[in-house]
Amino acid sequence: MKVLKTYPEKCISCHVCESTCSSLYFKEDNADLSCIQIHDQTQPTQMNVCNQCQTCVAACPTCAITVNKQGVVMISKSLCIGCLMCVAVCPTDSMRTAFGKHNPFKCIACGACVKTCPADALEIAEL
Amino acid sequence: MNRKVLAEYNYTLKPVVKGYNRRTLYVNVGSKEIKEKPVTDMMIDKFVGGKGFDLYLMWHGVKDNTKWNDPENEICISFGPLCGNTSYPGSGKSIVTTISPLTGIPVDCNVGGHFGPYTKFAGFDALELQGKAEEDVIVYIDGDSGVVKIMTAPDERINSHILAEELIKEFADGEGKEQFVSVVSSGEAANNVLITCLNFSFWDKRRKVARLKQAGRGGTGTVFRDKGIKALVVKYSGLKVDTNNPVDLPTLQKTGLKLHKEIEAGDADQCRMHQVGTAHLMEIMNDYDLLPIRNFKYGQMPEAESLHSREFTKLFTQGMADGCWYGCSLSCCKAVDHFKPRTGPYKGQPVCVDGPEYETAAGCGSNICAWDPKDVVEINFYCDTYGVDTISFGTSVAFVMECYENGILNKERTGGLDLSWGNTDAALELLHQMAKGEGFGVIVGQGVRRMKKIFAEEFGADPQFLQDIGMEAKGLEYSQYMSKESLAQQGGYTLALKGPQHDEAWLIFMDMVNNHIPTFKDKAEALHYFPMFRTWFGLQGLCKLPWNDIEPANNAQTDEPAKVPEHVQNYVDIYKAITGKPMDKHELIRQSERVYNFQKVFCMRMGGGRRIDDIPPYRAVGPVTEEEYLSRQDRYDNLLKDKIGVDPEGKSVAEKMDITRKYREDQYQQLVDAVYERKGWTKDGVPTLEHLKSIGMDLPEVLDVVKRFL
Repeated sequence: MKVLKTYPEKCISCHVCESTCSSLYFKEDNADLSCIQIHDQTQPTQMNVCNQCQTCVAACPTCAITVNKQGVVMISKSLCIGCLMCVAVCPTDSMRTAFGKHNPFKCIACGACVKTCPADALEIAEL
Repeated sequence: MNRKVLAEYNYTLKPVVKGYNRRTLYVNVGSKEIKEKPVTDMMIDKFVGGKGFDLYLMWHGVKDNTKWNDPENEICISFGPLCGNTSYPGSGKSIVTTISPLTGIPVDCNVGGHFGPYTKFAGFDALELQGKAEEDVIVYIDGDSGVVKIMTAPDERINSHILAEELIKEFADGEGKEQFVSVVSSGEAANNVLITCLNFSFWDKRRKVARLKQAGRGGTGTVFRDKGIKALVVKYSGLKVDTNNPVDLPTLQKTGLKLHKEIEAGDADQCRMHQVGTAHLMEIMNDYDLLPIRNFKYGQMPEAESLHSREFTKLFTQGMADGCWYGCSLSCCKAVDHFKPRTGPYKGQPVCVDGPEYETAAGCGSNICAWDPKDVVEINFYCDTYGVDTISFGTSVAFVMECYENGILNKERTGGLDLSWGNTDAALELLHQMAKGEGFGVIVGQGVRRMKKIFAEEFGADPQFLQDIGMEAKGLEYSQYMSKESLAQQGGYTLALKGPQHDEAWLIFMDMVNNHIPTFKDKAEALHYFPMFRTWFGLQGLCKLPWNDIEPANNAQTDEPAKVPEHVQNYVDIYKAITGKPMDKHELIRQSERVYNFQKVFCMRMGGGRRIDDIPPYRAVGPVTEEEYLSRQDRYDNLLKDKIGVDPEGKSVAEKMDITRKYREDQYQQLVDAVYERKGWTKDGVPTLEHLKSIGMDLPEVLDVVKRFL
């Protein structure tokens, strides 16, 4: 299973990963639209991202959420009807939504943020 | 399937705006006329949508003397402005109305499945069916290309579990597209009996079967088949989160997500709807002496342990997204997979059975002493596929079993059937007879009111006894709660406009268990507020269950926990977010009040709606038989002492029953006085002109009818 692994102890709270993610998928530098979330209001810093646990797959009423060959949980935008039931069942609060957007979104372990992280706090791992 | 197109109508596809299409679809299957009708501002302002639109259209379609099987009788199906949103749980309901063959007045049913939302998004705020087809037809709405067709229906099989699946596959654009088609159908029994229903399908992508939800009450299936309609089919493939075009999508999403999270956190400890649906009520009702057993004679029996919800939990496939519309995280429509019936035409064939829900488990289980959950599942399956209402079936079979127990019926009169309590083989045989149109099943399928007349006239049975034990009012069978010890619920049932169904008010715990509404005034207030509040779901296309079958964690600390204030506010918020119109908790009640009073006047216009129609059978009010009295002797003796001021010592059971009966019947009448007054009605149950004016339901056609009764 391919997953984005986080090392919060190395994180320097620069939020570059959030910029990278939202810019890539929403063409907008906006942390609210990033699949990875850096919470640094309290210490230690928390890095929240999907661990590909698949809980959301069974909850989806339209079968829009599936697991690809690499074990990554994917959302089909054409099948998704935006009900957000997947957001409610996510045990790690990593299924993301922005009210007003049509679909939820999540980390698909693409690795873009790994490349831009200046602190080596992220890596793509095979579990 | 080789179908001939008998009529075709092309319409312009256009998006829904703020929850409305602003047009309805009229189809006359007799004259083959298909047309659009505009939705006016007046309709929206006064009737809102859903049941309101249904009743408004039907009022203008029928005459004062229209009977259920006259061609001008209509079946109206409407959806409401909130219907079809995918954000808030329980938002996919259709409301069906027709002049009922059981009651002769309008009946309304609230039903899930995909037909309602898809028909709305195909372009219409309501569907109005009229006329009688010369040969069986299918009405097909293609919401992708904007075409409505009346087509021939040479289909051999009409039982819903087969027909729905066949039609979905026929009309889908190929394999993997079945979820975009939904079907309304009934079954063979609807050709022969009156206690019938309509099945609304949704395609279950995981199970790859057509699931069936029922518009259950009042004989809608019989009207459907009498019109020569085999099925309604709709196709719509464009569903998205904003198809309902709300003015404020973020608020809608936010409110929906809040409830999703509440359900995720609380359901497992509250009602377990996700695990077992409404069948979770079985042991609660038995524990509180409220489960109907032996035709509502008793409320509790040790045998009922075998119908405990854990037994149904074992039968239901767990972990499925069992919502009857997208976005419902309460997911209460459970299913038994790969069930093999042991009787009838589908014996041994694996089928998927929707339910049993509480009403079915109680009506077709405890009330007739069917103590094996699998027998209940089998009755459930055949009721659904034959198009029989499980509630009316359960109450009707319980009635004939009590008649059998009392010698009113015997094998000679039942065509050889032994209708002893718990004989599930006989109960199933009655169902198969209804489908075949033969035997004693056809009599049972006429419902309790007609059976009372037949048994008195043909078998010389005591009409008073039949009246006392026959659990119907207005011609409709009671649903499955014991109201004997709750005066408020006696009103909740018997004052319900369409007949004794619990969808207007369920006050037993408030009244009997918690004693929160002790006075007549309190009870009348509850019997005003809750019927109005619950009517609102039917105006909007919503389900009632996410209102109070899940509660916020702090609900008990609010000032009015029974109303679930936070959820009421959710409804206010999503109404505003979708329609953009102003709303608060008071206007919500006022919207309902207009339609509720319109329905009341509609009943009066059709010959019902009088005070005499609001009289319950005594079985719903108190103990009819000595064994019933003795089963709760302490309770009844204490009532004599504490409430009536009579010392039970030295009195015979018959004497005590007589005193109890006079007291309880008098209490009921006092309750009716209080409720009528609170609702703005005269002592005869007629809405006053002043009241109609004050709520804005003073349309000339309404006042014309009311004036006949004042």
